[in-house]
Amino acid sequence: MISVDVALARSDFTLDVAFEGGQGITALFGPSGCGKTTVIRLVAGLERPDRGRITLGDTVLTDVERGVRLPPHRRRIGLVFQDALLFPHLSVATNLAYGRFFTARERRRVERDAVIAVLGIGHLLDRRPATLSGGERQRVAIGRALLTSPDLLLMDEPLAALDDDRKLEILPFIEHLRDAFAIPILYVSHSVEEVARLAATVVRMDQGRVAAIGAPAEVLAPTGLASAMHRFEAVSVVTGTVAEIDEAYGVTTIAHPAGSIVVPGRLPRVGASVRVTVRATEVTLSRERGTATSVRTALAGRIEAVTTDGGPFALVTVLLDGGETLYAYVTRLGFDALGVAVGDRISALIKAVSIDERGLAGLEAPEKRKA
Amino acid sequence: MDWFTVEEWTAIGLSLKVGTIAMVASLPPAILVAWVLARGRFPGKALLDGIVHLPLVLPPVVTGYLLLLSFGRRAPIGAFLAEHFGLVFSFRWTGAALAAGVMGFPLMVRAIRLSMEAIDERIEQAAASLGAPPWWVFLSVTLPLSLRGVAAGAVLAFAKALGEFGATITFVSNIPGQTQTIPAAIYTYTQTPGGDLGALKLSLVAAVLALGALVVSELAVRRRRGREGRA
Repeated sequence: MISVDVALARSDFTLDVAFEGGQGITALFGPSGCGKTTVIRLVAGLERPDRGRITLGDTVLTDVERGVRLPPHRRRIGLVFQDALLFPHLSVATNLAYGRFFTARERRRVERDAVIAVLGIGHLLDRRPATLSGGERQRVAIGRALLTSPDLLLMDEPLAALDDDRKLEILPFIEHLRDAFAIPILYVSHSVEEVARLAATVVRMDQGRVAAIGAPAEVLAPTGLASAMHRFEAVSVVTGTVAEIDEAYGVTTIAHPAGSIVVPGRLPRVGASVRVTVRATEVTLSRERGTATSVRTALAGRIEAVTTDGGPFALVTVLLDGGETLYAYVTRLGFDALGVAVGDRISALIKAVSIDERGLAGLEAPEKRKA
Repeated sequence: MDWFTVEEWTAIGLSLKVGTIAMVASLPPAILVAWVLARGRFPGKALLDGIVHLPLVLPPVVTGYLLLLSFGRRAPIGAFLAEHFGLVFSFRWTGAALAAGVMGFPLMVRAIRLSMEAIDERIEQAAASLGAPPWWVFLSVTLPLSLRGVAAGAVLAFAKALGEFGATITFVSNIPGQTQTIPAAIYTYTQTPGGDLGALKLSLVAAVLALGALVVSELAVRRRRGREGRA
């Protein structure tokens, strides 16, 4: 378990954060400049805090008060940057082998062949980094870090430098390695879909401070109209099980107590539990089920709260049948025209095409996307 | 070959020897100093930078005189080295090599330092995160990635050593067969009636050697770039 409680002041920036991360993926989420990367650099030992303590399991990595500061190479923490930063003068195989020499034999629990298989980089071993595509490079970088059998893996925006297709290519690998190697991951991102899909715990950061910590569904929920400018980042996370895969139309139907959810793409298998990330701006409210539209997803629930401030927007909180919460950003005009109030039954319509595959946990690796 | 006299051959051979020894001997300290200046964070860094650059800005005669004051037979460092290691600099070819090395040192450090500073520091940090201690990061990442700078620095220092005149003649004089390198020989020819042809021939040799060094370093860099797949 990683435990961080540090503060640091620079001329143009102050950071003061405390959080803990357990197994699985802990996501550091927030706008650029909020200090996510600084936290990663502090944990990796590349930056010195002014005050505080960082521990990983029983190991004290940094303790300013006691003068402890383990150097980066003795922290046993893997690091994956936004740009892969492979060693350009070494082959892929040598890049992968680089850390092996420094990992004591009895600590080696990640197998080379397993990593190569999970990341699908077997055919690249003899190549030079300069000849790889962005996605391939990033996979090799992840493999290189994994092969030191680290106690923690730090991933700083590992997908940010890739185009959308490549992101979809890498995401399943990250999920797979999270499940296959049981190495806790501290994952930095400003993409709400990535965070909602991958994280067990989300640490939302703002201006060098922790704004919220918790499960994705809680932390990523809109906090009210104060953040109306950030309305495109407000999401709800709902969980269902795969009910039917429609090969002909290329869509998957997910069963949920409030109704079925249609999403694009083929999810791995019927019966699998799936997290779906829905942007609050993509939810339409309707008084009836409404079969006269192209929208296939209508979730039933009850209006729990409406937040307005006299501006153009209204944030509607819908308590779905089954207990999950769905948020909808609508105009105040639209909501008033509906003629409903808190406590009334309502249908929430979601366009399948508006659901970003990045926010759909459990999707299979897209086929034939090799560069 | 009888294009050159025995004295001229001696000067050419001595210049090559002095230049090569000066270059090879200054490479390790130059790489170390360049690394310290490129990556180190310590008080007194500006002072070190200044001292390294001193031979570049001082009149060569002054540098030669300072060498004489410290490495001469009866000077503190010179006497110590002579007594304990049998290493004598004054009026020997070794002294010419020392003078040439000192004069070329700032050029070498500068070229290596620039190429080290051009390396993304995060590549070295990635190596550290893989468990590599700093010395191994230096040997396996920093040094290979700055080889172009090392080659450029070596060539610059070699060329400087071939051309070095002021500090050498002040420190170890102009003794044929011992300290008379090509520039000193050319100087002697220009002071001798009828020495024009010799001066001209040796000047041509100096130009050819300098160009040759440049070509060799260019080839080394090209080959390396090819291997990294960037060509």
